[in-house]
Formats: sequence, structure tokens, C-alpha cells
Amino acid sequence: MTIEAAVFWALAALTVGSAAVVVLARSLIYSAFALLFTFFGVAGLYVLLGADFLAATQLLVYVGGILVLLLFGVMLTHKLYDLDLRSEVTQFAPALIVAAGVFVILAATAVKTEWATASPRPPAPTTRSVGELFLGDFLLPFEAASILLLVALMGAAMIVRRRRDA
Amino acid sequence: MTVGLSHYLLVSAALFSLGVLGVLTRRNAVNVLMGVELILNSANINLVAFSRFGAGNLNGQLFAVFVIVIAAAEVAVALAIVLTLYRLRRTPNLDEADILKG
Repeated sequence: MTIEAAVFWALAALTVGSAAVVVLARSLIYSAFALLFTFFGVAGLYVLLGADFLAATQLLVYVGGILVLLLFGVMLTHKLYDLDLRSEVTQFAPALIVAAGVFVILAATAVKTEWATASPRPPAPTTRSVGELFLGDFLLPFEAASILLLVALMGAAMIVRRRRDA
Repeated sequence: MTVGLSHYLLVSAALFSLGVLGVLTRRNAVNVLMGVELILNSANINLVAFSRFGAGNLNGQLFAVFVIVIAAAEVAVALAIVLTLYRLRRTPNLDEADILKG
């Protein structure tokens, strides 16, 4: 087994194992911290796939932004004196059947299809190329994403605002 | 053994099905959000894997950056909704948000 294959299997085990803990853990905080390890595993997989800029973006935005927001959400939606952050699970057996069915279909598609693959390029730094694409071919989605972020920011602030007259 | 496209697709399929399990079984809204984040990450792994092994360009990675941006915006708005719901109903469980139920 080559080093790349060993690293891939280690990262895959970390990612999928942490995702299982996210979904199956009893306590909400265990789920949040397992999600942290899942994001790290996914960032490692991006590095293996030669996407270094994307791996850094994943760590900055997902771990540094989204995970912190989720932890805020966990902390703000429980009564302060009741530190029993347990999370309940409903209808586990039917959901397990559905999820297993989805996995079987996706895995069969992934393994049996003759994907039109070319041999991968040698890994190179991608930051400059991604930047040139952002300001070149993909300028319109880039600007639209900025407007989306602005609207989401304003919308979230408006939803959560305390009304004086209520 | 060389790690090929189908290995990454298998990892992404496992992440997707675990995310679906999380969304379907959990009652707490923040837990459901974590499941949705797992689904988005699995789609991102698919995009980057196809960008590396199939296409000769970086379009897949660019798409993945946009998915990350949209996921951040979605988590912000979703948490605003969850906090407002908690303020109204004093519970973070999604199946008790049935005010509109006839």
C-alpha cells in the first residue's frame, strides 16, 4: 500500500467515523466536536485531491465560522440551569433503512459506472488559478455570492431582532 | 492499490447517507443542521474529486467554494430561525414547532 493510499484510508476513516459520532451521539456537544473532526478530515481529503486553497477555505469558513455558529446555537437554545444537553432520536429504524438504501444506491453507482477519467495532473498550487477564475470566467457568480451573503446577514439580523411592540 | 475516483465517491456516499440519517432521526434543530452540513460536505468532495480525475480544469473546486459560501449563509439564517423558535416555544425540538397545524 502506498503512502498516498494509507493517508487516504486514514482520512476516510476519520471523516466517516466522526460523521457517525455526529449522527449517533447522545450529547449535543459530542456531536459538535465530532463535526469538527469531520471538517478536518474533509480538509485533508481536499489536500489529497490537490485542492489546497479549498482546504484552507474549508478550515477557515467551516471550522472557524460555521462550527462556532453551531456551538452558539447549542448554547443559546438550552436553559442555563439545565446543563443536560441530551438530544433525542426519533424513528431510528425506518430512517436507518432509508439511509442504508441511499448508501447502497450511491455506492453501486460509484463503483459500477465506467467514469471517463483522465490521468490526474501533478498537484500544483491552485490559489492563483482559482483567483483568476473568480475574477475572470466566474465573475458573475462571485458577485452574486457577495449579494447573497449581504442579504443573508440582513435577513438573519432582522429575524432575530427583538420587537419593541411585542 | 492506487486511490481512484470511486474511492472518493464511496467516502462521499457514506457521508451523504450519514447526513440523511442525521436529518431524519434527530429532534433537536441544531443536530438537523449538522446533518445538513454533512450532506453539503459530501457534495463538495464529489465536486473536487471529479474536478481532479475527470475534468482538466478547476471548475469543480470553484463550485465547491461557492457551496461553502452558501452553506455559511444558510447556517446563519437557519440559526436565526432556531433562536427565534426557541424564544417563542422554549424548546429546541423541531417537532414541537406545530403552531400552524390545523
